Amino acid sequence: MARIGVFICHCGENISATVDVKKVAAAASRIPGVAHSVEYKYMCSDPGQQMIKNAVREKNLTGVVVAACSPRMHEPTFRRACAEAGLNPFLCEMANIREHCSWVHEKSDATTNKAIDIVRTLVAKVKKNKALLPIKVPVTKTALVLGGGIAGIQASLDIANAGHKVILVEKQPSIGGHMSQLSETFPTLDCSQCILTPRMVEVAQHPNITLHSYSELESLDGFIGNFKARIRKKARSLDEKLCTGCGLCTQKCPTRKIASEFDAGLGLRPAIYVPFPQAVPNKPVIDREHCTYYLKGKCRLCEKICPTQAIRFDQEDEILEVEVGAVVLATGFDIKHGDFFPEYGYGKYKDVIDGLQFERLASASGPTLGEMRRPSDGRVPETVVFVACAGSRDPAKGIEYCSKICCMYTAKHAMLYKHKVHHGRPYVFYMDIRAGGKMYEEFVRRAQEVDGVQYIRGRVSRIYERGGKLVVKGADTLLGARPMEIEADLVVLATAGVANAGAEELAQKVHVSYDPYYFYSEAHPKLRPVETNTAGIFLAGACQAPKDIPESVAQASGAAAKVAGLFSQSELVREPLIAVVDRQAPPLYSTCVGCFLCQAACPYQAIEKEEIRGRDGRLIKTVAKVNPGLCQGCGTCVALCRSKSIDIQGFSHEQVYAEVLALLNRGESDV
Amino acid sequence: MKTGFYPGCSMKGSAREYSESLLAVSQALGRELPEIPDWNCCGATAAHNLDRDLALALPARILAAAEKDGMYEVLVPCAACYSRLSVTRHELLGDEDLRRKISGLIEADYRGTARVLNIVEWLGGIPDLESKVRKPFAHKVACYYGCLLVRPAGIVNFDRPEEPRSMDLLMKKIGADPLDWAFKTECCGAGFSVSRTDLVARLSGLILDDAVQRGAEAVIVACPMCHLNLDMRRPNIEKLAGKKYNIPVIYITQALGLAMGIEPKKLGLQRHKVKVKFTQGLAKPPAASITPASAKPTAGAKSASGDSPAEAPFAGPSAKRGA
Amino acid sequence: MSDFNPKIVAFVCNWCTYAGADLTGTSRMKYSPQVSIIRFPCTGRIDFMLLLKAFANGADGIIVSGCHPNDCHYSSGNFHARRRWIVFRGLLDFLGIDVRRVRFSWVSAAEGAKWAQLVNDTAEHVRQLGPFSGYHRLRGLGVG
Repeated sequence: MARIGVFICHCGENISATVDVKKVAAAASRIPGVAHSVEYKYMCSDPGQQMIKNAVREKNLTGVVVAACSPRMHEPTFRRACAEAGLNPFLCEMANIREHCSWVHEKSDATTNKAIDIVRTLVAKVKKNKALLPIKVPVTKTALVLGGGIAGIQASLDIANAGHKVILVEKQPSIGGHMSQLSETFPTLDCSQCILTPRMVEVAQHPNITLHSYSELESLDGFIGNFKARIRKKARSLDEKLCTGCGLCTQKCPTRKIASEFDAGLGLRPAIYVPFPQAVPNKPVIDREHCTYYLKGKCRLCEKICPTQAIRFDQEDEILEVEVGAVVLATGFDIKHGDFFPEYGYGKYKDVIDGLQFERLASASGPTLGEMRRPSDGRVPETVVFVACAGSRDPAKGIEYCSKICCMYTAKHAMLYKHKVHHGRPYVFYMDIRAGGKMYEEFVRRAQEVDGVQYIRGRVSRIYERGGKLVVKGADTLLGARPMEIEADLVVLATAGVANAGAEELAQKVHVSYDPYYFYSEAHPKLRPVETNTAGIFLAGACQAPKDIPESVAQASGAAAKVAGLFSQSELVREPLIAVVDRQAPPLYSTCVGCFLCQAACPYQAIEKEEIRGRDGRLIKTVAKVNPGLCQGCGTCVALCRSKSIDIQGFSHEQVYAEVLALLNRGESDV
Repeated sequence: MKTGFYPGCSMKGSAREYSESLLAVSQALGRELPEIPDWNCCGATAAHNLDRDLALALPARILAAAEKDGMYEVLVPCAACYSRLSVTRHELLGDEDLRRKISGLIEADYRGTARVLNIVEWLGGIPDLESKVRKPFAHKVACYYGCLLVRPAGIVNFDRPEEPRSMDLLMKKIGADPLDWAFKTECCGAGFSVSRTDLVARLSGLILDDAVQRGAEAVIVACPMCHLNLDMRRPNIEKLAGKKYNIPVIYITQALGLAMGIEPKKLGLQRHKVKVKFTQGLAKPPAASITPASAKPTAGAKSASGDSPAEAPFAGPSAKRGA
Repeated sequence: MSDFNPKIVAFVCNWCTYAGADLTGTSRMKYSPQVSIIRFPCTGRIDFMLLLKAFANGADGIIVSGCHPNDCHYSSGNFHARRRWIVFRGLLDFLGIDVRRVRFSWVSAAEGAKWAQLVNDTAEHVRQLGPFSGYHRLRGLGVG
């Protein structure tokens, strides 16, 4: 038999001014199951809490209803008080008679009656409450960071400096990402490599960081605190321990005319190569698609000249299995390539290049050693047209969003060009200039006013070659959409920033959601920008949306703080207000029929399949099982379940049915 | 399951040869193209500037007649008619109230069951067209799409709106060498065909100039308006430009007909203002001055030096364009 | 029917509408006392059969309200609720219950005034529709 205590708060006069609290207490005492009913001026005060504690002990209460303010205000207070008195905190509920009653209605019988209704509703609920224990999940204090660009580097360093182990996985032979390709960075024009490479070295030397370059995530299982990752370490064709990085092999390799990925196709590299001189690790990799030995079975020159005999032609991919407690996705972005801009001749004309290619042209370590020369004939371009929004904000090209970084890097490009070719004429076609950020607007102004970059507000309709020049046709919308033509030597398209080609596949591997453009979705667009909907998986950098270096770094540090917070305790304690699947004794075992509609509806991938087997190992049935580490307690599965086999603790079917009936003043016996 | 044919006014008048060549080709391909019974004017440029209901009702009546006659698709060779019929179908299928209203006006229930096809779409749907080629059309051609064949993109949903390639692919099938050129979809001035012939002369002149400079032997079109402006208005163009362009303008169906070995007369080639001279030598190997269609049309720098084929007398450097 | 005081049950989510109703209180806006709230973690948790249960036990009107689309605390629960509501409307119609007795709405945690407005509108609406007679008929038959 239930023994419920009801405690009615006056809240000074906040409640008692419009609600007759004595009448409420009297009415509550008549509710079946209520063993104790009192009113008091301030229930949340120390004496008030003491009243509750005493009553719990003396009256041997099985449940408590505090009729006062919103549970969003004081539920933790009263639950703690109950726990201190030895009552399971989940047997305490609050009846909100302040925000939902006394404050919103005039003083009247109707208002008092409504307060009584609310108390009766919560009494009915608490009678069905069950004692619950907090969920404890062990935490493996190692983080897996996917992607070794600036975001992944920053996240790794921050987590490692907080004293936790980090496993950093990078797909390419070296870490550094797109930032290592950049010439100079806005708005300060400091050299990208100068600020990046010390960080790369720090990663390599940090005792808490294990770096797996030229590696990819194969699979990820488990849940927050307890993930199991399989990492494919691709064959470098090299014994990394023996290789000293002397570079003799890369100098002697006879196959030398392969388009360099690092130079965005503008430079060449050999078949055994280090992507760039400051690479970390500074160990070469053999490109098996182009290596003469793998293609024709002959050569092995690198093997012969290697002073440490480090070359391993028969090396195979290796699968590593690691256990981690958290994952940071920092897989970055790409820019749009290919023939999606045929009218601009992108991919057709050598001198129509993209932003990354221009970075390499302008970089002191690039294919022209920083001299401004156009790809087709090596001449110095006298007129350069920069096209901002090449694909971005263009529904016709399927990309409706703003790529965010282009306005700034286009201003930087025009500026760098002018710094290198003083007599040159840079033009920028733009839609709007979006230069929100510290010192950003000033930077664009500098390009316009100090460096004399001609900004034309309008779009380019077509680019074609005529007599060795590129004719850029566009319109100047500030001069009445006047059509205009510029004969350029070089055109730079700020093509849209897009998700990496493998973004969707990776998202499915780790179970995070993504938007229609395959950028990963944060758990909440404003308040949880570094978390994903999957607990324990965090986001950093441009894999979430196009963003610049400062933003990527800030988000990476944010993600690292979340990971460090998670790792600050050895056990993760969570409220047990989660879904559970019905389990019972044989022969039924569970009412779950295994339709798994819940699995499809769950936003957190918290529903798993569980096989129920007999003693002989025979499969009896496959039912749903809720992973307590992942479930967030939304209850979508509960409302969906056809056989009512899944229920949510704290908002169970029994509880809400009891509430509805009590609210309508129908006792259980009336049903 | 039959495909109807909507000629529209041009095909019966100024573009007779387009109609003649289409029917000659369809006959040779063994494809019947019955005309839509009791068809009317599509309204073209006049109606939609004056009255929206009228602009929708005229094409709707045509399409309703085709549907009633059991046609599941309608071939509309004129690009302007194609545009009007496509827009009408798009708008009426997207707005049930409007569809009812227009159906009331034309006193027929328009359902939208018949698809609207342009000429390139129709030819592209013919399987194994290559096998029908008797005499490969081994010429450098500039495929001119004009404005309405591929636009508005969201309505016609055909090819890439800014850099189309469907006609180029067809030309390759019949052995031609389609050039990479810059004026594929530029305006010929059609809307001002009657009122501002000076504008037409300038715009069409730019198109011809680029085609000639890049070494094209013919401009291939799929629209009577384009043809009219590039061919019939040639004297105006030449007068304005102060130079001669001998490059012929050929309908896509005429080029196909020639490749299929159909007699030039049947294709109406004699009706052109600018004579199609190279048809006379079709049976012979190509003249020495004409490069065979071996070079791939990829290199952008092609013809940048201003080389022109022997057929075109104009070989001077490009005049500076006033924009 | 001026003396008719309808009973209205509000099924609301914890994160948006419950907090919005709290804000109505802290802002001291007044509304009709005929509405009482039952708290759910998310509108996605609401089994719409509960609405029938409420009607069968004397509710004259019902409000279902949660976070605005794309603002769900659990990212997609409100979309599930919206879909269920669309299907449920058809069922209500089939059962002969006036669809106007149920108000489906979005009230965010910042929309205290909207909550007051919603409650008042619904109360007025249901007052005009009169008591839910189906319930009283069932009671008369000794069912429900």
